[in-house]
Amino acid sequence: MSVLLDIRGVTRRYPRPRKQLFHHEEALVAVDNVTVQITQGRTLGIVGESGSGKSTLARMVMAFEAPDEGEVLFEGKNIHALGKRELQALRPEFQMIFQDPFGSLDPRRSVGWSVAQPLRAAGMKPDQALILKTLEQVGLRAADIDRFPHEFSGGQRQRIAIARAIVTRPKLLVADEAVSALDVSVRAQILNLLMDLQDEMGLGILFISHDLAVVSSLCDDLLVLRNGVVVEQGLAGDILNNPGHEYTHTLLTAAQLELQGEHAA
Amino acid sequence: MIEAENISVAFGEAEALRRVSLSLRPGERLGLVGESGSGKSMLGLALMGMLPEAAQMTGRLAIDGHDLSRATDNEWRDMRARKVAMIFQEPMMALNPLRRVGDTVMEPLRLHLGLSKSDARRRALELFEETGIQEPEEKLRQYPHELSGGQRQRVLIALALACDPGILIADEPTTALDAHVALRITDLLTRLARDRGMVLVFISHDLAAVARTVETVAVMYGGEIVEKGPVAQVLSDPRHPYTKGLLHARPTITGGELRKRLPMIPGNVPALADLPHGCRFSGRCSVELPQCAEVRPALLGIGGLRACACHHVPEVVE
Repeated sequence: MSVLLDIRGVTRRYPRPRKQLFHHEEALVAVDNVTVQITQGRTLGIVGESGSGKSTLARMVMAFEAPDEGEVLFEGKNIHALGKRELQALRPEFQMIFQDPFGSLDPRRSVGWSVAQPLRAAGMKPDQALILKTLEQVGLRAADIDRFPHEFSGGQRQRIAIARAIVTRPKLLVADEAVSALDVSVRAQILNLLMDLQDEMGLGILFISHDLAVVSSLCDDLLVLRNGVVVEQGLAGDILNNPGHEYTHTLLTAAQLELQGEHAA
Repeated sequence: MIEAENISVAFGEAEALRRVSLSLRPGERLGLVGESGSGKSMLGLALMGMLPEAAQMTGRLAIDGHDLSRATDNEWRDMRARKVAMIFQEPMMALNPLRRVGDTVMEPLRLHLGLSKSDARRRALELFEETGIQEPEEKLRQYPHELSGGQRQRVLIALALACDPGILIADEPTTALDAHVALRITDLLTRLARDRGMVLVFISHDLAAVARTVETVAVMYGGEIVEKGPVAQVLSDPRHPYTKGLLHARPTITGGELRKRLPMIPGNVPALADLPHGCRFSGRCSVELPQCAEVRPALLGIGGLRACACHHVPEVVE
């Protein structure tokens, strides 16, 4: 399978506020020299806690911000070296879904309008048949096209957000804590949907979460981030069966259902 | 300590809680689990006398022998000052950003216990030590924004413990915290309940956190307790179809099997106004019987300390 996304030695620093007038504060290294690849049809999971740099990495992959060092290649093209127009033309190929589907959908616009937005942004004509097909793919009904976000439950709103992300038929989907706000039973539905879409469309997925159990249900490859530094990376199965770092072990403990007492399974 | 009998809470036609009964003795740790709309937070608020004004509550509620079914706001205020305390999900929202956290913790000590300023300070310091706050002297003088999320939650626990309550209700106290911090907070809550003989009601959607923290778990769905019992038994051998579905839908790490589709519970949690009349889980249940939608299954003893509300699970009388 071909390499879809090639993240090469990416570093991102943020300046820290000065505490004293002539004091020079050292920059905060949000992401420190991360190298990883995503191939077509596979899922890379990135786990870490708050401040680990996982969302910063996602923003760089989406070209919302540029790295201070290193480069991000999408199908061989350095996305941060592209001109505005070239980037706009490439955007339909990589799309993103967020944690809070309510915050990311315009409450005054119909579902059909929101789902068509990435097409308009790329200068394409919104095609009614394509939008209906996409709604069907994510398990929504054709009649939902004229309804508004507040008429849907949290899980259904996340389906709308996924429909919007796949309407351009992207090759890469970036999901940042996409199921974290959902209830357990709804979360299972959305995780299954992502796996179905991946099989159907051959998507590469970058799946970011703080919950190692969720990541493990979906991912082929895994990268554990802590304070911007890669703690472990490799095949998800290898890391989960034999965590090589104490930090990974803590994440495992937190995610696992441990039953104490005589009746424990 | 807590005796609740057939507590129902309604907003007009919509029933947020239906005939919930609980009995908790000192030192007992109970977990309330369920998804959004299950009524777990509503039950927590009912036990605190903090239900929204529009809510109508029926049933009998007694705390420490005092009947609170018809308590006035003043009686409840007194109860909350001394007997029942609560902590919430977001510790930043619950602290006054303009006050030093030491002053916040000293306030109830002076107001409710009538301690002098220096005694209150000494007591606040003890509470900070008891809740595992590092460098407690220094922390007393700090503002909420200077503390980490875990430290803020510890300050709120210290505040909740100020008047030595018999009952602590913790509503999703670890949800906003990072994994390693959450592990320490659940350890702390377990230790405090044990050392102080305090009732802990731990409300969470996180089954792993609940399994670590409590002895007894009550699984809630549609405003009812559908299954209850010792936590290890309920989670390793669930009897109610909803508990089974919830446990199966949870991704697990063990087994090393990756990329497997998760068994789903069909449909969504219905809105309060659309809850089925009989069993609340009917319409989504995979083993539904004809009577399920119409006849409400009672929560019956099924052997040992366990109880279940399902027409499929027969009562066991011992």
